[in-house]
Formats: sequence, structure tokens, C-alpha cells
Amino acid sequence: MEPINKIESVLTPLNKNNVDTDQIISKEFLKRIERTGFGEYLFYHWRYHADGTKNEEFVLNDPRYDGSTILVAHDNFGCGSSREHAPWAILDYGFRVVIAPSFADIFYSNCFKNGILPIKLSVAEIDEFLQKGKEAPYTLTVSLEDQTVTGEDGSVYSFDIDPYSKKMLLNGWDEISLTFQYEDKITEYEQKHA
Amino acid sequence: MAKTIIEKIWDEHIVYEEEGKPDLLYIDLHLIHEVTSPQAFEGLRLANRKVRRPDLCFATMDHNVPTKNLPVINDPIAKKQITTLEKNCEEFGVQLADMQHPDQGIVHIIGPELGLTQPGKTIVCGDSHTSTHGAFGAIAFGIGTSEVEHVLSTQTLWQSKPKTMEIRVTGQIGFGVTAKDIILAIISKFGIGVGTGHIVEYTGEAIRGLTMEERMTICNMSIEAGAKAGLIGPDETTINYLRGRRYAPQGEEFEAAAERWLALNTDEDAEYDQVLEIDADEIEPFVTWGTNPSMGSGISANIPTSADYVSETEKSALRSALEYMGLEEGMALTDIEIQHAFIGSCTNARLSDLEAAAKVVKGKHVHPTVTAIVVPGSRTVKKQAEEIGLDKIFTDAGFEWRESGCSMCLAMNDDVVPAGERCASTSNRNFEGRQGAGSRTHLVSPSMAAAAALHGHFVDVRKIEAAVQI
Repeated sequence: MEPINKIESVLTPLNKNNVDTDQIISKEFLKRIERTGFGEYLFYHWRYHADGTKNEEFVLNDPRYDGSTILVAHDNFGCGSSREHAPWAILDYGFRVVIAPSFADIFYSNCFKNGILPIKLSVAEIDEFLQKGKEAPYTLTVSLEDQTVTGEDGSVYSFDIDPYSKKMLLNGWDEISLTFQYEDKITEYEQKHA
Repeated sequence: MAKTIIEKIWDEHIVYEEEGKPDLLYIDLHLIHEVTSPQAFEGLRLANRKVRRPDLCFATMDHNVPTKNLPVINDPIAKKQITTLEKNCEEFGVQLADMQHPDQGIVHIIGPELGLTQPGKTIVCGDSHTSTHGAFGAIAFGIGTSEVEHVLSTQTLWQSKPKTMEIRVTGQIGFGVTAKDIILAIISKFGIGVGTGHIVEYTGEAIRGLTMEERMTICNMSIEAGAKAGLIGPDETTINYLRGRRYAPQGEEFEAAAERWLALNTDEDAEYDQVLEIDADEIEPFVTWGTNPSMGSGISANIPTSADYVSETEKSALRSALEYMGLEEGMALTDIEIQHAFIGSCTNARLSDLEAAAKVVKGKHVHPTVTAIVVPGSRTVKKQAEEIGLDKIFTDAGFEWRESGCSMCLAMNDDVVPAGERCASTSNRNFEGRQGAGSRTHLVSPSMAAAAALHGHFVDVRKIEAAVQI
């Protein structure tokens, strides 16, 4: 997993709440047996009309946000299905940071396994970012080490993250290798509960 | 200290704990299906790891499988996922109920059916509806594929202890009202994010009065309220369901287990982080009209108008949902015409669900403009239903009687609702495009879906059922 710390990018404003994982990656694209290649299908039915033409009104098709690595959305982002194909699609498309007032539990947890930083900020702060980002391309600088998001105008917003997940992301660690350090504890538990 | 059942089960499964870290939690049962597991097995292969406890894993195929013309799979990519699961289970020694196996079915239907699901267990699966198994008083939750790989290789997961929430359902549901209506009413009243970060315990006399199959319907949709898991404390109903099931303890061992299970129940003076309450007496048969499961109302209500909401975000969510659904603000739910009815899914495809629908359709016929299918939740359910003649009731009424699988709940196989068409569905999600690109889903109970199939639009099933009884 790619470590993550400082990210500077124009934000992509996705002004929707309850964005579910069915919208992030639709089921017709879940049949691959690899972890890669999902980016081109991210938000597919919002990006493309039924006839396959681009929906020019959808934010991902707005060239002003090309190359953006920070996605900003409203409440309860990633609700619904547990499919990890959702964070795979977000990452494969190029996003490394998702900022929202709240996230669904499974999606939130899946982000950390894939080197995506999910940041929770207040509704008012999100509203501000969405507004600014919609008017004109607006750059944010994220520091995981400092747990801050800094706006173009220098205003700084702090966010909480649990220390374990922070360490995993900063170092890009493979969780399974870490868990193997506790193998004796697992064996002990199994013997006790056999 | 007094504890809730949630804390009792959690604490019992801690392998290792340390300040500033999540708990390392032992997993008792890992259920596996074809869609969320291939990348996990591939990860094991690449790292040269094995499955630590294949005896605690059980696999089946459900998401992709066709529900007719078995065993032909037309979609080559779906076929690849299915053969990949076969190969993975063989290579890593995991027990598999494949497409032809008599135990095959939707993973959350067969776990309980086989007695794999038991009180006090920690149960995971790469599927958000794993919460279903909570009906037995287990902590059961959905995980992503990275966590599937983690459980395969270590039989554990790092998990931060969730908060606890009690949802108390007081009173009793009325005639024609089902477990599905209770959970839809809960989600509608409290919202789809209310359970985030929590494990929910459902309590109250309305819950106690439910059968195990009904309790599974409630717990199944905990995730639709955002909860990590939902459970119901074990009682005699739970024990009677499990007695004699293949993988449940047998004989004296069972009686000893039953005693342990009952002791798991929440202590009298235990406290929850949050308590919510809803009155079952006020719940009507529900119909969702929007694009998430909280956007629903009792059948006698009308679709809300923007004036009913305060915030601009909510108003705009209502407008965009109704635009997608092709509906108008303030419209009566009984005026919504449907073209499809789907009776199936891990929410409502158990024998009692099929019986409830059959009771409504017996001797009647599907409306000429409606295509209706019944997809039993497992091969066992299908066989049991056929033994009591339900298949005949459905086919005589013009329903198609299919093989088991997830089917039209998420339309990964050929069972798709065409764009712009509307489905009365007993499944769990009405997200945009859930049943096919451009499809429009209305979540309802099996008897409500059956009634809508007969009439071509939603009707209050209580009126029909009353007529049947006369």
C-alpha cells in the first residue's frame, strides 16, 4: 500500500449526500477478479448517459477538476454495500483523499486498507469547500502528519483520526504482516477456546 | 459491571488489546461468496500464505448465479468468478456449496439454515447484509475484501469497539404488518445514518413476538440504518430454531450450549450509548418511494413534498430522488403502477416469506402488465416450498418460479429490471440503478409485493388479506 502524508490538489466538489457504493461502482463492474482497473467505471451512471455519451453536467466531466486527488462530498459517504471495489475505483481514478461530514463504517474502514485518507470535517466546513470549489478551482493542502487541511486562503481546518489508522497510512503498512506478530496470542486464544 | 449482550460477545473475543489500538478480535465463522473473495485469495497466493482455519470458513455462490437454465452461465466474466471460487476453495481447503450442491443458496440464508449461525459467535462475510446473522444473538458484520484476506490468513480482525444502541420496538404489529415493515419504519423514522459506528440491539415485545425468520429480516437491514451490526438476544425461539440443525451442537452438548446462549442476554441494569424507541402499533405496511431505504412511508400516506423538509440538502435530495423515480411530490402511494415484482433476496426469501406471498396470490392472477418472479433464498427453501405446493400456487398465478440466488436484488446475473421500469421488490436497497441501470425499485414486504403484482399498482395488503380470510 502506498504511504500517504501530504496531498495538495484542486478539490472535486460532489454536492450529494448518502452517496452509496452502488453509485461509486455499479454492480456490472464487480465481476473482475483483480483489484485494479475499476477507475474508468467510477460513478459510471452519473458520468455517462444511458446511450454512452458523457454527462457534461457531472463534476467528474468538468475539465477544471482534471487530475484532482481530493474528493469532497456530503454526509454518509460510501453507504450501502461492503464492496471494496468502491475504494479501489476511487483510488484507481486518482483520488487519495475523500472529505465528508460522515462516512459509512465499512467504506471508512476499507479506505485505510487501500491508502485512501477519509477526512471528517463539519457540515459547515464541507459546505464552504463545496461552494468555493464549485465557483472556481480551489486548492486544498492536506497533511496527515499534522491532521490539517489548509485552504488556498491559508485557513486551517483540523481533523481527528485514530492513531492506529494514521500510522498505517503514513507508513503504508500491510496489516496482515503486522498481525502475524501476534500469532502466539491468536494460538493461545484458540487453545483456550478449543 | 452490568453489560449488554454486545459487550459480552465482544469482550469474549478479544485476542489482544492495547491502549491506542483497535482490539484484535477473533472470528468464529467466515462466510465466503464469489464476488468479494477472489482478490483476497489472490493476496494469499502472492504472499505465500495459507488459510489459518479452513474449518471456520464456509463458501457458496449466490451473487452471480443464474436462476434459470442451470448450469449454463452466459456471462463469461461471471463464469470466471464462479470457477475462480471453485479453484480457490479446492486449493485452500474451504468447504463449498457450489451451484449444483443441495445446500447452495444466498449466504445469509444458508448460514442459519445449516445451523452454522449460532448465538455468541463473531461472524463476518464480505457482504454488508452479514448483519442478518445477528438475529441469533451473534455479532455479525460485513467486511471489505482486504479484511476477508486478513480473516483468511489470521482468523482475526483489528476492530475498534463500536458504540451500543438499543432500538426498542414497543407494542405489537397489527394484522398484515410484517417484520419488513418494522425495519423500514425504523429506517424511515431515524434515518440511514443513525446507526453509524454502533451495534444495535433490537428489543421490545414486538421483537420478542417474531419468529427467527422474521428476526433475520429485521437484522438484515441494520446496515440500511448505517449500523455496523444489529442483533437480537437469544431466547426459546432461537434455541428451538437451532435444535437439530446440522452444524449446531447435538444432544447434551446442545442443552449446555443453550444455557450459555441464554446467559448472553443483556444484564438488567446495563446501559447503551443510545436508546431509540418506536411504537409497533403505529406501523403500517410500508412502501419506499425514493432512492434510499429511508425514503418510504406507510401505504395510506402520500409521497412527501419539499415543504415537508427544512434543509436545502434534504429538499434537493427529495427532488432528485423523485426525478429518478419518475414520481410527483404529494402523490398517493397506491397510484404508483409497477411493471415487475420480485420476491427474493437475503431479506425476504425464506420459506415463511414465500408462504406469506403465496397466501395473497392463491387462486388469483398476476396483472397483465406485470412480470413477476419468485427466487427462493436457497435450494433447501425451494425444496421445502415445493413439498407444500407453493411453486404451483405461484406458477398458476403467473409468477415465474426460479432457482435460488441473489438475483434481482442487485441484478448481477440476467435478472434485470429494464431502464425506466418499476419493481415492487422484497429486497433491501432501492439505490439508483440497483436492479439494473435506470431501474426504479420500491421496497416492500412479500405480501405487499404479491398484492402489487396482482393489481399492477401498490395496494394496502390488509384489505386484500381481510378479503381472503372472509
